[in-house]
Formats: sequence, C-alpha cells, structure tokens
Amino acid sequence: MKEKLRAPKAQQPLIVEKPTLEDGIGSKVTVEINEKKVQVLFGQTILEACKENQIHVPTLCHHPDLCIAGNCRICVVEVEGMRTLQTACSFPITAPIKIKTSSPMVRKARRHIIDLLLSEHYGECYSCVRNNNCELQTLAKEYGVDSYTFGHVQEPVYEVDLSSYSVVRDMNKCVNCRRCVRTCIDLQEVGVLEAIGRGDKTHIGTFLEKPLADVICINCGQCINRCPTGALRANDPSDVIWNAIDDPTKHVVIQTAPSPRAAIGEVFGLEPGKSFTGELNTALRRIGFDVVFDTNFTADLTIIEEGTELILRLYKALVKKEQVALPQFTSCSPGWVKYLEHFYPEYIDNLSSAKSPQQMFGALIKTFYAQKKGIDPKDIVSVALMPCAAKKFECNRPEMVDSGYKDVDFGLTTRELGQMIQEAGIYLPEMPKSNFDDPFGEASGAGLIFGATGGVMEAALRSVIELVTGKKVEDVFANADITPVRGFEGIKYAEIPITEVGPVPKLLQHLVPDWNWLKGATLKIAVAHGTANAKKIMDDIKAGGKFSECHFIEFMACPGGCLGGGGQPIPTDEEIRKMRAKAIYDEDNSLPVRKSHENRHVAEIYDVFLTDGPCGHISHKLLHTHYIKRGKYIA
Amino acid sequence: MLVVEKNALSEEIEGYVNKYGKDRSSLLPVLQAIQRKHSYINDFAQQEVARLLDIHPVEVFSVISFYSFLHSKPTGRNIVRLCQTISCDMANKSKVVQAIERELGIKFGETTKDNRITLEFTNCIGMCDQGPAMIVNDRVYTKLDPEKAVNILNEIK
Repeated sequence: MKEKLRAPKAQQPLIVEKPTLEDGIGSKVTVEINEKKVQVLFGQTILEACKENQIHVPTLCHHPDLCIAGNCRICVVEVEGMRTLQTACSFPITAPIKIKTSSPMVRKARRHIIDLLLSEHYGECYSCVRNNNCELQTLAKEYGVDSYTFGHVQEPVYEVDLSSYSVVRDMNKCVNCRRCVRTCIDLQEVGVLEAIGRGDKTHIGTFLEKPLADVICINCGQCINRCPTGALRANDPSDVIWNAIDDPTKHVVIQTAPSPRAAIGEVFGLEPGKSFTGELNTALRRIGFDVVFDTNFTADLTIIEEGTELILRLYKALVKKEQVALPQFTSCSPGWVKYLEHFYPEYIDNLSSAKSPQQMFGALIKTFYAQKKGIDPKDIVSVALMPCAAKKFECNRPEMVDSGYKDVDFGLTTRELGQMIQEAGIYLPEMPKSNFDDPFGEASGAGLIFGATGGVMEAALRSVIELVTGKKVEDVFANADITPVRGFEGIKYAEIPITEVGPVPKLLQHLVPDWNWLKGATLKIAVAHGTANAKKIMDDIKAGGKFSECHFIEFMACPGGCLGGGGQPIPTDEEIRKMRAKAIYDEDNSLPVRKSHENRHVAEIYDVFLTDGPCGHISHKLLHTHYIKRGKYIA
Repeated sequence: MLVVEKNALSEEIEGYVNKYGKDRSSLLPVLQAIQRKHSYINDFAQQEVARLLDIHPVEVFSVISFYSFLHSKPTGRNIVRLCQTISCDMANKSKVVQAIERELGIKFGETTKDNRITLEFTNCIGMCDQGPAMIVNDRVYTKLDPEKAVNILNEIK
C-alpha cells in the first residue's frame, strides 16, 4: 500500500525496492543491532528490522497506514560511521551496518526531542480526551520525563476550532507530526490539512486558515484516528446525552451500528477481533438508555430500498430505454456522500437516494415507533452509536428532518460510548448478554456485514440473487459467503451473470411485471474503500473506462469500511482492521437469518407501515433524501 | 471577483501551466509568474493552480505561506525588503528602520495608505559585507544610511 501512495519526489530516494526473492543472492544483509548479528532483508528500514528482532524503537510521526515522513526524529538510532544520528523509520538497510538503538547519545537525543515537543504542547493530560491513549504521553513516560527542560506552554496560542459537527481541532496540542496531513492528502485524497508557515511558526492549517466547517472536509475523521495526541478529536455529545438520560420526561433511544460492537472491546484494553453485541446491549440499558435498537434492521431496509431503486433504474435503462444515471452509487457512508458532493457534483444523480441506515432508523423511530408506543416524538431523544465521525455531520444535515423533528439527535462514536460505559462504572466484557428491543428486534447477518468493506455489496447480492433468480444464494456461493467482494484490496470488481430468472416476489410485483429482461444479463459491480480509491474509480468513470459500465458500486469513505471508521478506538491499522472484519464475519456466520429480505421485521414494516412498498410514497418521504451540489471552490 | 475577471485569470494561469508543465514540480514557477504579474496570488488563483496541477488548494496555500516572496494577500505596488540578519543589524540597520518608518508613517509589515510601498524585513540576502542592505522589488541597494534609504524610497512611484 505504501508504494502506491503519492510520495513527494523528495521522499522517493528513501524507498528502496525490496528483492522479489527472499532467499535470492544478495537479498539478505547481515547487520549488527546492539552488538547482536542479525540477517535482514535488503531495503528494509532499520525500524522494520528492529521490530522483527523484538527491539523497541519509539516512533511518533510514523504510522503503518501512511508514507514515511521522518520528521519527528524520535526514532533516531546510532549508525556506526555516520556523523549524525539517523531516523530508523526512513533509513533503508543496504549495507552491513552496525546500529545502536540505546546508546547514551541516542537516549539523550530522544529525551531532548521529547522535551522540545513538550515545550510547545499546551494542555494538561487529565483534561484531555486522549489521556492514557496518547503517544506523546507514552513517550514521556517511557523516557522518564520529570521536568520540562525547555519549558512548557502556559497559555493556549491557538483558538480551538469547534466549527465542524464532527472534528474538533485544538492546535495547541499539535506536535506537527503531519500524520493528519498525510492522512488527508495521501490516504483520503481530500486535501484539507497542510503545514502552513515556516520554521517555528509552522502549524497545521486549512486552506486560507478557514474554520473546518467552511472547507471541503468530508468529516471522515481518519485524521482523528491517526493523531498521536489530542489535537484532533471528535465533537463529543456525551454530556448532553447524559442530561437526556437523567431527564425522566425524555425517552432516550439508542441504535447501534455493526462496527462499534466489533471494536469496543479495544476501549477496555482487550485484543481486537471479538464482538460484544449482547454485552453492549446490557451495558447500554444499565447506563440508562430506555431502548436499544439494532441499526442492522435499517441496514436490511436499506438493502430493500436501494436494491429496488437499482432494479427500477435498470428497468428504465434496459426496458423503457430511458436516460438514467448508472452506475448507481451507495449512499450509506456520509463521508463518501460529502466527498462526491464536493469533488464530483456532476455525478450526484448516480447516488442512491436511499438514506443511510442511521437516518432511516431516525425517521422510523420518531414516526412508526412513536406511534406504536404512543410516545410524543418530541420527547424522544434518538442517539446513534456509530464508528464514524461523519455521522455526526449527517444527523445535523438540515434536510434530515422528515419525521417532523430532527431524525437523529446525536451521533456517538465508539470511543465516546466506551468512555460513557467506564463512567457508569461498568466493565463491558463481564456484562451478561441481552437482546435488542422490539419492534425491530434482531436483524440479519446481511445488515451486520455493512461494517466491512464489500459488506453492502455482499448483502445486496445475497438478496438480489435470491429475489431475481429464485435460487438459494448458497447454491451459487458456498455458505452464502460472496468472497469476490470481501477482502482489503482497494478496489474490487466482479461480474455476476444472471442465467436464469424466477418469479417476481410479492414485494416488487407492483414495480416490474417479470424478470425476463434480466435474463442473460451480467451484473457488473465494484467496491471501493477509502476516498483515494473512490477517486480512482470516479476518474475512470469520467474517462469512460471499465467502471463506467458497472451497474452498482459500493463506496466507503474510510479504509476498511466502517470498521476502520474515524470514531473507532485508537489505534487503527491494517492488522486491527482485519481482526475487526473477522469479528464481524464470524458473527454473521453464527446468525440464523443472513439475508435482508428474510428479516421478518422488514416484511412486517412493509405490511403495516410502509404500505405502498419499497420506493413507494411513504418510503420516499421517510427513507429517501436528496443531495447538494457543493463543489470544491471556496469563495 | 467578477466572472469575466475569473475567466481571464484562469486563462492566464492555464498559459503558465502550459509553459512550465502540468506537474507538481512546476508549482513554484507558476506561482512566481502570477506573483510577478499581480503582486499577490488570490484565493481563486490558488484554487485554479491546484485544479490545473491536480493537487489540493491547501498544498498551494502551504507553499505560498512557506515562501516570503509569495503573497496570498494584496501588497503595495512596490515591496521594500530590508535585511534583518546579524551583519546588517550590526551595521546600524535600526537607524535605517527608524528613518524609513518616520518618512513613510508606517511600520514594517504594513503598506502605505496610497498602496505605494509595503515594508518587510527579510533574512540574509548575501550582502553581508555591504550592509545594511535592502531589496526594492528586484533591485538590491547596499551600504545604506538613513538619508540614502529615504531618497531611494522617495524615488519609487
């Protein structure tokens, strides 16, 4: 992944191509690390070599998801024969060198670097959101900082930028490591943050130093996840939520997305890769939420709505020969939606008009649920537990008031909920398990896998294949695992031929007469995660390439999909994302219902509430939305 | 900005990009060309450069903020840069500063009301043996004293 990043020319000499054969001639170099001879791969950096040999070298600006920067200098080591200390993260080994990672010179240099960083780092640890999860704090502890050799800032220098619904920037805590810059420019290709100024006046800023809400930030929050300190954080609504919980006149509802439950264990110091669905439900009730719903229910609903929309578009294009916008893009990821609104506003018609599961649920809670339970919608406080920073922005979009009230009142991230659980004195892993509340109850595995990249596509395919061909998905893909759309490659592409068709199911009978027009067609689909990959697909579509012939494309703004979202526990890297994905797919495997259209609650809601069916008038009012052509020019 | 002005500016920048190449590395020559012509690079020009070179506007802004000879805010018609580094400082720079500030009625870092002159300090310009030195637009003046400096400034239009 690193090689593919758009590394500046100045950095390219640092990248040494590694040999293709691990045991070929000249592919190994014998180096001495701390007087111990070890064999390392030619071109490996000192940092990688040390890690392989269980030698800890501290890092700060280095992040496995990002390109090498070498600007914090904390990883300096002594290389024999070199006049100065060298940064381990950016030094490729090409000769038999002798390295010392803990000589007096190295220790002194590192201590000075930490002292210098602290001399410009304003703030007290105990009032910081990153307390006990801060890389600078950890370094200070590791190197026994007991006094501020070069002083400490007593007064804040920068104003805290609270303009954004999602991301709060407190540049007083910034150590200029530029991880957020590399995240925003290389990883996400959004390009909101850069280093402004020079020398001691350098700071991270936006275009024309505008507040974050006024620039083209897509609110994905990836920068928060990579910030080593508390300089970037999510806009935390937990105080207001506590007030609502403590208010007896309020009915506080929480919906939980699939990804937080696969990651929340990490907040409690557990290894990633285990889901805590049942435990989380109990913990939420003990905190004081009145009911706990599963966002997967509306994920299932999204599949039905978005799938129907796709079928209608295809029907118009293939049978009625009308002009329609194809390929259809998914609209579940609010970061991606805003990215498209900013960077490719001309493709807004391709975006599915279906709301994201969070907003669908918000609209249903304050209409269907409120009617059913006889609660005044104005007394309902609707909270959404999401792995996402952009969901905070999404629920504050002015058009998201279809229930007559603000559909979702607050977006809460996994980290913030973890903190609330701790505040309530609950140790999550020891909670007994409990189920979700009716009337939405348990959802399907298809809704669950929305959390991983390719999940929306897989869920859609499970339903489309069954509804169109009348065959079981299990007959086409073993165990209904649609593996071509799984995995972490940046862009996935698949073709699904439709060789036979079955009868039109009752739900769709009023929309299409039969499936014969689909017989012999090949469904072309693609999946992209991370907006940098989305950009590649969009540029290809613009140029009329192979993706412009696709029918349906899933986009997720964050690398790995929601499970790598900007609201997930820190740190997040490729290994951790894989573990979280495993947790999600394991849970999907263990569920009795694994297809959206088999979710009985979904069938029920079309029977009693959304009576004119998918994409009908009621569902259009409550479950669909429109988008804004924002463009990227800032006046 | 009027649409007509915007279009003219876009066209002009397109010309520079065609001349210097459509690549990240032509960013500086393009910015210098705009700076020469307009004396500063406005918001719209920055975004146009970004669009044409396929980079992000914030990267353009970052580069402009890094170099003191590039401006993102309007300056006076003439820019006077007085060297503030140690050799010039020891060669009685402060007397020259006082004289210039008294003559123009503005401080360093400011622009005169008639938009004629912007005063700035600069770091070493390599005239250490002939200090104090200053640059007026592209021309270097050395061995200044208060009287000489004021005379030079009065001659600028």
